[in-house]
Order: sequence, then C-alpha cells, then structure tokens
Amino acid sequence: MLAEQQVVQAKAEKQSIKCVVWDLDNTLWEGILLEDDAVTLRAGVREILQELDRRGILNAIASRNDADLALSKLEEFGLKEYFLYPEINWNAKSASVAAISQSLNIGLDTFAFIDDQPFEREEVAFVHPQVLCIDAADLGQLLDLPRMRPRFITAESQLRRQMYQSDIVRARAEAEFTGSNEEFLSKLNMVFTIKLAEESDLKRAEELTIRTHQLNTTGYTYSYDELDRFRHSDDHWLLVASLDDKFGTYGTIGLALVEKGRAAWTVKLLLMSCRVMSRGVGTIMIGYIMSKAKQANVPLRAHFIPNGRNRMMYVTYKFGGFKEVEKNGDLAILENDLSQIQAFPDYVQVHIVER
Amino acid sequence: MDVKLKIKQFLARYFKDYNLQDDEDIFSLGFVNSLFAMQLVMFVEQTFQIAIADEDLNIDNFRTINALSSLIQRKLVVTG
Repeated sequence: MLAEQQVVQAKAEKQSIKCVVWDLDNTLWEGILLEDDAVTLRAGVREILQELDRRGILNAIASRNDADLALSKLEEFGLKEYFLYPEINWNAKSASVAAISQSLNIGLDTFAFIDDQPFEREEVAFVHPQVLCIDAADLGQLLDLPRMRPRFITAESQLRRQMYQSDIVRARAEAEFTGSNEEFLSKLNMVFTIKLAEESDLKRAEELTIRTHQLNTTGYTYSYDELDRFRHSDDHWLLVASLDDKFGTYGTIGLALVEKGRAAWTVKLLLMSCRVMSRGVGTIMIGYIMSKAKQANVPLRAHFIPNGRNRMMYVTYKFGGFKEVEKNGDLAILENDLSQIQAFPDYVQVHIVER
Repeated sequence: MDVKLKIKQFLARYFKDYNLQDDEDIFSLGFVNSLFAMQLVMFVEQTFQIAIADEDLNIDNFRTINALSSLIQRKLVVTG
C-alpha cells in the first residue's frame, strides 16, 4: 500500500462514527413514555443496536424523560446493557451529548445523534456542528451509511462496549480506593500476556498502528500483508500484548516489531494503547525484548521518531537504559548495552507464550 | 521555595507513607513505570520553567532527590 493511501484511509478512519446517541420517545420506541407506559419498540431498532454493537460502535442515550421509568422500560426490552452513560434528564440535548463525549473520552466529530424532533436535531447541530444528526425516520438506512462502517471490525470491536463497561466499574473502584496508586494496581490482579502475533491478531495489529499516536515510538504503519510477512519471516518478531484484570479484559493493547539483524536487533515499532497508560505496564514489553536480546547476545537498538505527542516513549527508552547513538533527521537510533534489565513490576503477573 | 522541598512535595504524592532520603534511588523502589517517569519530567519542566533536552533525559539525572536538584540548579543557571 502506498503511504498516501494510508494517510487517506487514516483520515476516513478518523471520521467513522464511534458513538450513536439515541433519543427515546418516538425514536427508539413508538409513543411517549410519560403519557403511556405501553410504548412499543420501533421496528428494526433491536437489530440496529445489535449490529452497531458488533461493529464496535457504542450506543448512548440523550432523552428528556423520567430516568427511572425510562431505564426500567429499557430493561424490560432487554436493551439496557447496550447503552453507556444514559443521559436521561431535562437538560438541553446538546449538553447531554457533550457529557457523553466527555465521559467516553471520544471526540464529538465521531458522534451521531438520532431524534425524531427537528428542533432537537437543530439544537444539537447548532451547538455541535461536528455531530452527525439523523432523523429517526431514516433509521432504515442507518447501517448502510459509510460512516457507520468502520474500516476494522475485529474481535476487539465486539468487546468494545464491555471494555468500556468494565472501565466504568474500574474507575469507580479507583476513585473509592484510598491507598497509593501502586497499592491500587496490586489489587487489580493484572495479567499481561506477550505472544508472537497470530493471523487472527493482524487486523487489530494494523488498527493499532493507525490509531495509536501518543504511546507510539515511530508511527510506522504497516498493512495487513506486510504484517503477515513479518509474522512468517525468520528475521522479524511481531509481538502482541494483551492485558486482563479482575474487572475484565482490555484486549490487545500492545504491539512491537523487532528486526533481528545479525549484528544487532532493532525495535522498529513499539506501541501501547492509551487505555492502559495509567496501569504501569509500559516497560514490560521492552523489558521482555531486552532480556531476549541479552540471551541471544546481541545489542538492542530502537528507532524513535518524535510526533509531538509521544515523548513518553522516548522517556521510557532513555530511562530503560537506551542511549542515542545516531540521528538521521527526525529518526533517532538508540542502543542499549543490556547491562541492566529491570524486573517486571510486582503488581502484574507477566504471562509469556512462546512457540 | 527551596528546590529540594518542591521535589519532595511532588514525590510525596507517590511515596505516601515513606520517608524518602535525598540520596535514595527512587527507581529501585519500584516506581519505574513510564507514566511516573513522564510525570516526573513534566513536573521538573513546569515547576521550574526549564526545558529538559534529550541528552539530559538520562535516568541518572532523575534517580535521587540530590540528582534532580543538581539537574535543576544547572538548568536554572543556564536559562537564568
């Protein structure tokens, strides 16, 4: 794939919808709940919710309603679990949409809002012009909109809502915890798993190279086919990492590409999802690669290209004992003599799957 | 305010009930994760209004309260 194509696709990826915010009365269901308790679900809505969920698109609610009544109605329909951060109150819908965006930490330019009332759609569109506003009458075509078709549908996508739901529970537990951060981490029963990428990991690996900027050492992107070639190459290691804790899985959150040259090994790419930034697991993958290089008795090099947001990865390398040995334009080449390799932190169990 | 005092106040958030000595290795106590390292670097830059260049981003400059203090003094002299 050409670099330009990658950029175009990355842009398209940015604009695909990540969260759909639903009105309830005369949108999700037929009728007005406060006037008549016997509302019926709008035809096709259940299937739309399930399909969006499968594609990894989140669903939320912005409704002017009685919260208890509306939530128990959703429960009755067996749909309550599909919705994150339901905003059921008497506020302006633009305020509810903004609150959901803030809670999810997802930009409004990836939001869609569905309502049967032109006034509500206009109010949201006026305050948040970047939100895609959809008339409930057009629900039939919703799933066919290009922006509702994410480029990547992976095992991760289908778990996305559940991962957010575990994050909510986790955040509550963290807020209630009174000890130090390290004590909290040790109570999570984290398991960090490192393995060589399998074919089923490649879509997610490609997605990570495109979506991750902050915790990414070089920003090198690779297509599915290139990644598959590395997977079969004797001169490369394509490693993926996943994280689980007592609240659930974070999914595949790390990726590393190591080029195993004869004179030295080079970490071309090391990235971690921002979702695990506060989990203290950022040094585990590089620590593992360092110990393998030491066993193979080769020096370990690493590429680093600054992008204005990834300085934490440079600090990780430097504090991990890497020294800058070469500079070509933006590209810094670092080298580690492997005289000191940090042990894995006590609060996480590291599970290494070797073939 | 005294440079060392400011450093201690910052570190106290991470080492709650631990009385960290000026020459004690912060990183040997297990606080080696990337986020902490980054927060430490940002703390130094923002609190003392100095820029830490790539060549100063060396763990030995950040390893103890003494090391941090002398890094900061050195940078303050250069910019001041």
